[in-house]
Amino acid sequence: MSMRRVAVVGAGMTRFVRRAMETPKELAWHAARMALDSCGLTLKDVGGVCIGSAPDAFDGVHMKGEYLSDGSGAWGKPVMRSYVGGGTGVFLGPHGWYHVASGLFDVVLVVAEEKMSSFHPHAQAAFLTIFDHTTERPLEPNLLWIFALEMNRYMQTYGISKRDIAQVAVKNKRNAADHPCAMLGEASITVEDVLNSEVLAWPVQRLDVSPVSDGAVAIVMAAEGVAERITDRPVWVQGVGWNLDTAYWTNRDLAYPEYVERAARMAYEMAGVREPRKEIHIVEPYDPFDYKELHHLEGLLLADRGKAPELTAQGVTGRGGAMPVCPSGGLLGVGNPIAAAGLMKVAELFWQLRGEAGARQVPGTPERGLAQAWGDLMQVGTVTILGTQRPA
Amino acid sequence: MTQRIASYPGTTLSEEQIEQGRVLSVHDRLRADYTWDAGLAIGLYLDGLKAGVILGVRCARCDRTVVPPRAFCEQCFAPMDAFVPLADVGIVNTFSLCYVTWDVKRIAEPLIPAVIDLDGTSPPAGIMHLLGGIAPDRVHIGMRVRAVWKPARARQGAITDIRYFKPHRRG
Amino acid sequence: MPLDPTLHADDLQAWYGSMPVTSRYTYGPAGERFFRAMKDEARILGTRCGRCSLTYVPGRLFCERCFDELTDWIEVGPSGTIEAVTVAYLALDGTLLDPPVLMALVRLDGADTVMYHRLGGVAASDAKIGLRVEAAFRPSEDRTGSILDIAGFRPLGVNET
Repeated sequence: MSMRRVAVVGAGMTRFVRRAMETPKELAWHAARMALDSCGLTLKDVGGVCIGSAPDAFDGVHMKGEYLSDGSGAWGKPVMRSYVGGGTGVFLGPHGWYHVASGLFDVVLVVAEEKMSSFHPHAQAAFLTIFDHTTERPLEPNLLWIFALEMNRYMQTYGISKRDIAQVAVKNKRNAADHPCAMLGEASITVEDVLNSEVLAWPVQRLDVSPVSDGAVAIVMAAEGVAERITDRPVWVQGVGWNLDTAYWTNRDLAYPEYVERAARMAYEMAGVREPRKEIHIVEPYDPFDYKELHHLEGLLLADRGKAPELTAQGVTGRGGAMPVCPSGGLLGVGNPIAAAGLMKVAELFWQLRGEAGARQVPGTPERGLAQAWGDLMQVGTVTILGTQRPA
Repeated sequence: MTQRIASYPGTTLSEEQIEQGRVLSVHDRLRADYTWDAGLAIGLYLDGLKAGVILGVRCARCDRTVVPPRAFCEQCFAPMDAFVPLADVGIVNTFSLCYVTWDVKRIAEPLIPAVIDLDGTSPPAGIMHLLGGIAPDRVHIGMRVRAVWKPARARQGAITDIRYFKPHRRG
Repeated sequence: MPLDPTLHADDLQAWYGSMPVTSRYTYGPAGERFFRAMKDEARILGTRCGRCSLTYVPGRLFCERCFDELTDWIEVGPSGTIEAVTVAYLALDGTLLDPPVLMALVRLDGADTVMYHRLGGVAASDAKIGLRVEAAFRPSEDRTGSILDIAGFRPLGVNET
């Protein structure tokens, strides 16, 4: 690949809360400002801005990227907004990367924000548009249906139990107790708590789901030659991948996320990763529901199909395990402001790989991490691989 | 970095603060009304439903018969070759028992959404619909179901011309 | 039956529906202060960026140009100057507005940004750029912490909007 090498040099985020006092612009500004301050840069140093935010319907504004532009440092600058639903936050990986790798910009500010609390009375209703207006919405569906249907198919196909899956919620919510920005960190939650929680759309129960949240995250990306002047520990973008499956979600194999595998292969190829299970040291897959972490680990080729629950049960995916998964606490523990949640995972890898994750720090010297997100009409896979080694 | 920061921005607001007016707020409602053109494929799908028939489409190149119908094959990008009437029976690919409405209100009797792979599709392709005429604890993946239609005079050319799918025995 | 791409007008079908978007907005720390001042004191506040020499109205938390946090709150107006004006003859649904509605961009004295609001107490033919106007606040019991706490702008010296 003849494009320039790109590194993440700074990051910032707000707390993820159920209902923030701050407006979307203010949330974006807090995160963006923190990211710039973290690496000693100002807006003058920023060449272009990459914004990620999910459905405009949440804020009831049109052109949400433009709406967020002032808080994203985009005044007077080239801006591009990307949106692939829940996949957005990690899609900002390739999005920011190609801005710099192409040679167009030396430094970009990458900002993701979501404020879901404005939609009244509950943001759930805004998701109705995920369903086809003619062939599905007349049935008065509910976002939970898609997840519940997929979860059931996954469980049935591989003989996975609710108890197997609940372990993921427990792991992530406990991990999140160490995250200063977490909304739902709980150090002593148990599998029984999850299994006893209210049934929403069986097999989905309340504690299987991450909540709606408000929050923002930002990172700074810079080109080789520039990144090393900004920080002595740049974290390099080693691989990016993204892929879209059919929009006809009822025609897909719901037990396996093919599009995640394709996105992962694209990223592994770019990163020169041949044995992901050995070469990926930290994984931050998208976990809006607990079963999704398992589903995605399999799609990422990090577990055999149907076998991800065993890794959880054996402690392999715990923070101290051989392959830590969601050491941040994930969406289940930190919260789920749609686009910001994905970028939180990228930021987590940045901090982990620099040994700056505090109480969440994965032991040893991890050199490479993978973040993945998913969403859209449930058919996008987005992957970003970061590493301490500069790509060859 | 996360160690060096003492506090993170983001101020929590409570529902009470807003309801009691200790924090100002304003309500807004957008009117977004649509006339969605059904298009070539869905237009005929709806016509079929009015006539009591579920239509699929076939791509001869990819050897696929799928539903809901579409004008072109998204895999090979050529126009679909033909509409194919499908039997209104199929297999439950997956289902859920849903106890909340789309605006998060609780309901006592669960709705049973499902993906039903219809006979005649190849590879199996499904549509989303509801199951009915069965106790929730008896629903299982793999069971055969058949559409329960509204009477012809009540059908309008909509997915709701099928009321739900219920258990179906062969023969 | 084959697909026939030839469609006639009476063959066209449509599905009708809406997207419900219902919101409840809070104003954020800066907006809260701005709208409290409107509601409780009938004052219009902006924030000043010393670095950029700019005063934003409504007051904002941060400067969009240099990204500094803004803490310098100052009162602006209530008088100002019209920078642009239009007369609206049609409502959103296409029906005629009778009388037509005048909308203006007003630069309040002390502000570097303009405010979009209604203009009254003046005939359309006299509503010109450069006209000096002032904000007409509603009585305090009718103010809720909204941009409509200002009923509209009117030429200086006119008593009714």
